[in-house]
Amino acid sequence: MGIFPFLVVVWIVVVGLYGIVTSRDLIHQIVCLIVVQSSTYVLLLGVGYVTGGAAPYFFDIPLHTKAVDPVVQALALTDVVVEAAVTALLLSFAVQAHKRFGTLDPAELAEFKG
Amino acid sequence: MTPRQRLWFFAVAAAGLVACYLWAFAGLPGFGSYPGPYGQEILRQAVAQTHATGVVSAVNFEYRGFDTVGEEFILFAAAAGMSVVLRRLREERATQPADEAESRTVPPSSGAVRVAALLLVGPTAVLGWWLASHAQASPSGGFQGGVILASAFILIYLSGEFLTFRRLSPVALLDAVEAVGAGGFVAIGLAAIAMNLPYLDNYLPLGTIPGAVSSSGTIALISFFVGIEVAAAFVLIVGELLDQTLLRRRSA
Repeated sequence: MGIFPFLVVVWIVVVGLYGIVTSRDLIHQIVCLIVVQSSTYVLLLGVGYVTGGAAPYFFDIPLHTKAVDPVVQALALTDVVVEAAVTALLLSFAVQAHKRFGTLDPAELAEFKG
Repeated sequence: MTPRQRLWFFAVAAAGLVACYLWAFAGLPGFGSYPGPYGQEILRQAVAQTHATGVVSAVNFEYRGFDTVGEEFILFAAAAGMSVVLRRLREERATQPADEAESRTVPPSSGAVRVAALLLVGPTAVLGWWLASHAQASPSGGFQGGVILASAFILIYLSGEFLTFRRLSPVALLDAVEAVGAGGFVAIGLAAIAMNLPYLDNYLPLGTIPGAVSSSGTIALISFFVGIEVAAAFVLIVGELLDQTLLRRRSA
C-alpha cells in the first residue's frame, strides 16, 4: 500500500480542479468543488489508519483492542458538515445568479459586471 | 482567454500542485503506521472516562466539544445565510411556474415511486431518531441522525406531496426547533459554568454500563440536541431551494 492512498488524494484534487476549470455550468462547478473537498476525507482517514486496527467503537469488541485514530475521524465528520454548509450557500448563490442573469454558464456570467 | 489557453494554464499549475503534494506526502509517516499520540491516548482513556463506547462521539461531544459548538453554528449560519440570499426580492412574487412548453404533457410521478417514498418515511424517521440518540454506543450521532431525520421529510416531497411537505415543516417551527437545538448545546455547557465547572464539563451521571443508552452523561444529551438542530437546518435548506421554483421575477 505505502503511498497509494495519498496518490488517490492527489488524483481526486486534480480531477476536481480540472472540472472546476473546464466547467460550463455553475451547478456542475459546485459539484466539482465537492469532489475537491472529498479528497480531504480520504487524506484524514488515510493518515489515521493503523494497520490491523479496528473501528474505534468498543461496543462489541474488547476494550484496548488496537483501533484506528478516532481524532481524525471526528475531524472528517466536521469536514462533512462544513461541506454541506458551503454547498448549500453556493447553491443559493447559483439560484440568484440564474434569476438575475438568466444563465449558469460561468463564461457568460463573466460578461456581466457588478 | 480561450478555453484551450485556460487548459494549458491549468495543466502547468496542476503539475506544480501535484509536485508539491507528492513532496509533502513523502514526509508523512507511511500508511497504517501513524503514531498519533492524541488518538492513541484517547483510545486508552475514553471508555473508562466517559462511559461512551463510541470513541468518535466521545471526541466530538466531550474532548473537543467546544469545537463542535462552533461546527454546529457553521451549519446554523449557513441556513440563516441561505434565507438571506434567497429572500424574496421586491420585484419577485410567488406564482405557479409558467408552462413553457404547453404541448408537452408532464408525466405524473409513478405509483411505485410514490408508494416506496411514503413507505420509507416512517422507517427513515425512526432510523434518524435512533442514530441521534445512540451516539454514545455505536457509529452514530447527532450529525448523521439529523441528516437522516431530515431525509424523512424530503421523502414526503419526493412522493409528490410538496404541499404536505410544506405543511409538516412550517418555517417558523423549523426556526424554533433549530434554535432550541443550537441553544441547547450552548446551555448544557453554560450549566457546567453555573456549577463552578469548566465549560461543557460532563456533569451528568455516567451510568454503570458503558455504551448503554443511559450512559455517557452529557455526550448523549448534546448529540440529541445536535440531531434536532441538524434535522431542522437541512429541512430548512431544502425547503428554501424548493420554494425558489415558485418564485418568478415579475419583469425581465
